[in-house]
Amino acid sequence: MAEPQRARPKPTPETQHFWDGTKAGELRLQRCDACAHVYFPPRPFCPSCASRKVSTFKASGRGFLYSYVINHRPAAPGFTPPYAIAVVELAEGPRMMSNIIDCPQTPEALELDMKLEVAFQELDDTITLPVFRPAKG
Amino acid sequence: MRSNQVAVVGAAETTELGIIANMSQLQLHADAALNAIADAGLKLSDIDGFATAVETPQQVCHYLGIKPTWADGTSVGGCSFMLHVRHAAAAIEAGLCKTVLITHAESGKSMIGKAPRSIPADSLQGQFEAPFGVYGPPSMFPIPVLRFMKTYGITHEQLASVAVVQREWAAKNPRAMMKDPITVADVLNSRMIAYPLRLLQCCLVTDGGGALILTSADRARDFPRKPVYIMGTGESVETPMVSQMETFNSSRAFKTAGPLAFKEAGIAHKDVDHLMIYDAFAHLPLFGLGDLGFMPHEETGRFIADGNTRPGAKLPLNTNGGGLSYMHSGMYGMYALQESVRQMRGIAPAQVPNATISVCHGVGGMFAASGTIVFTNER
Repeated sequence: MAEPQRARPKPTPETQHFWDGTKAGELRLQRCDACAHVYFPPRPFCPSCASRKVSTFKASGRGFLYSYVINHRPAAPGFTPPYAIAVVELAEGPRMMSNIIDCPQTPEALELDMKLEVAFQELDDTITLPVFRPAKG
Repeated sequence: MRSNQVAVVGAAETTELGIIANMSQLQLHADAALNAIADAGLKLSDIDGFATAVETPQQVCHYLGIKPTWADGTSVGGCSFMLHVRHAAAAIEAGLCKTVLITHAESGKSMIGKAPRSIPADSLQGQFEAPFGVYGPPSMFPIPVLRFMKTYGITHEQLASVAVVQREWAAKNPRAMMKDPITVADVLNSRMIAYPLRLLQCCLVTDGGGALILTSADRARDFPRKPVYIMGTGESVETPMVSQMETFNSSRAFKTAGPLAFKEAGIAHKDVDHLMIYDAFAHLPLFGLGDLGFMPHEETGRFIADGNTRPGAKLPLNTNGGGLSYMHSGMYGMYALQESVRQMRGIAPAQVPNATISVCHGVGGMFAASGTIVFTNER
């Protein structure tokens, strides 16, 4: 029997650009052309002012650790506990859920507000996930 | 909505709570409904309005043989029943129906006749949360806790004391699942579930149900039980994605629903004799005390740790033992409402003496939704 698989995102027409971005090694966000609001998750209009004129851009990939849990049980398929489920606040403002790599999954190592930078983890031929690691320097 | 125009005239839980291996989820709805109808001294044919969550109104109405002229299938998680009470009160006032039955049931432990919860891979949660290892409420609901603790200086010991105090209340309740006393050390030594929360800071997983019957306050006088009036109501929704909450320092849905209910009831916090705050996990009462305006968030941890919500203290909170110790079938809001009604009727196992105002505050999903009901036994 095959190993249980990590939940795999299935893009929709509104989110395809985001997943195309991660595959190309870019974290893409959207900015409203009318009011400059930057938002996530993707949608083809501004959730602040309702304008349909929005642009997609490559984010800096920098952020900080806003909050997290270290999940022990039950573990999601494809994960070996304990593992951290983090929420990262991006330099551009929006927050996103992710995982923290290259860092012990302990309360001592995972300090709130620590600086992070994006990395990309290939799940399969079409999906690459954005994850974060402690920022260098 | 005007205060005290609608009253609860029937209230009951399922005959058994806990592990109920001989009933499907649908039958648990019926068991609770029949108990509530008997409590109100009514016949099924008297019911002309119906509300439920997760199961559809048509499913439960067909099973029970109810022919409603008003139905509400609002399903926003465990506080759906607070929203049903609010909607039912408005419907009765508007003349859409006269006697509303609200049912909840969940075969949360035995999983008989219960559809598994699933997150579609092309939903926003399926794309932007599920791939990072969230797996059920214990991995998601505590995600804001560390930020909340850091912002307000809440300690692990204070967070543990929530479970300790609620166990004191549960010890007074014969129907509570967990009644043995526990200490802060017991909580902090219990098995880690999702750091920073441990087993004793997570709700139980049980089977059960409950039902309420509402009618106009004028008609309520003719019923066998002491009427419990709907004094104020509030509701809101925020987001199905915990990661996308406006802030982890409070819940926007709480801060909308709670003050709405207080304003509608025309009460101040000092008027509250009895308080229920849906406690799926130990941090929820802290969010609730702050977001409902009882005190600044900074003070919530110390307030509970110092014993201000325990039996005999000034603000009796979660007097059935809560989701942590009484029962939690998955959508606990109905049991919080049942305890508020018992307290207002004066028949709760851990009765608060002379209580006249009870506030019942619910959460749906992981801070996704909220509903608040203010009850009174005085008109």
